[in-house]
Amino acid sequence: MMPKQNILDDAKLADQFQDHIDADEKIEPKDWMPDKYRNTHIRQISQHAHSEIVGMLPEGNWIGRAPTLRRKVALLAKVQDEAGHGLYLYSAAETLGISREEMIDQLHTGKAKYSSIFNYPTLSWADIGAIGWLVDGAAIINQVMLTRTSFGPYARAMVRICKEESFHQRQGYEIMLTLCRGTNVQKEMAQDALNRWWWPSLMMFGPRDNESPHTEQSMKWKIKRKTNDELRQQFIDNTAPQADFLGITIPDPDLKWNESRKHYDFGEIDWDEFWTVVKGNGPMNKERLDARKKAWKEGTWVREAALAYASNKVH
Amino acid sequence: MWPLYEIFIRTKNGLEHRHVGSLHAADPEMAIENARDVYTRRQEGISIWVVESKHIAASNPEQQGELFDPAKDKIYRHPTFYKLPDELENI
Repeated sequence: MMPKQNILDDAKLADQFQDHIDADEKIEPKDWMPDKYRNTHIRQISQHAHSEIVGMLPEGNWIGRAPTLRRKVALLAKVQDEAGHGLYLYSAAETLGISREEMIDQLHTGKAKYSSIFNYPTLSWADIGAIGWLVDGAAIINQVMLTRTSFGPYARAMVRICKEESFHQRQGYEIMLTLCRGTNVQKEMAQDALNRWWWPSLMMFGPRDNESPHTEQSMKWKIKRKTNDELRQQFIDNTAPQADFLGITIPDPDLKWNESRKHYDFGEIDWDEFWTVVKGNGPMNKERLDARKKAWKEGTWVREAALAYASNKVH
Repeated sequence: MWPLYEIFIRTKNGLEHRHVGSLHAADPEMAIENARDVYTRRQEGISIWVVESKHIAASNPEQQGELFDPAKDKIYRHPTFYKLPDELENI
């Protein structure tokens, strides 16, 4: 008898839960929630946190080689923000009952993913401009949507992150603008960076809606408020005029303003490349993970020493 | 692993400390230093409180009814419950 009763209770709770969501009420950590809602959030928030942390690596690569002190302090501040954003997100995920160690372990064993965009290399200084402009631009579109997500701690972390993220995109665009107004060689550098970062940036929004199995449930639970394709279109519409302003060309011959749709039409993404990188075989997947594992391993004695020092102080 | 601390920030004098999130630290001093770096990079605070998360006792959503329902039918606690003539002033 008992299991049947539990099933009935769960069904009733699930109905009440959906009613809360439909009424646009937020879900807080101690509220009842379906297991799948909890697990989806643990997966999504922790992967978002991992992306912030791994995202420090490609940019960190250029801190020591920034062309001026002004650029260097800006890049340092940006990378420090990414660390902060990772920490906001880890602590939001921890409210759902997963520990920090478990999340870090999932990253290191490859069970948890992070955004594939960080598996591309930063070959020139212009890449730092392109990342701020395109990668942070794409992230902002996704994250602005997530400020209205149904899980309270995630939404609050997103509000804080969005406030800080806008400087990231502006400093990136300023780098691109400076290069594009510079010598021919500098402008070529900017064009080359756009050529390499454009398509991976579009891939950040994930598979097309008809290939995205989680979209329907995520929309019903208001984890997402817009679909992958809607967000991608918004990004392209925002960005195409910004490329025109720079006087460089987006590497897509099919990109064209469609007056009847009031949107840009664009060419097909290379989905084989998308899946290759997601599955771990992108240009930098191994190097990124190795760097994270090395940092974690080499920091072990620091974490242990701080704890030992703290416990000695108390007694 | 370092314990979890809850972080409260006062943005300026005259306002209360508000919960902003949590972080891990080895001890309370480190929690304050980390909170400075994580939560006040843009002058969001002038004062920080930290408390180890395990020391916070919290009500449960299941108790919501017994805790908060009793206030629902006490409309006489609100000024509009009392009907007074319109011409009356300053009350």
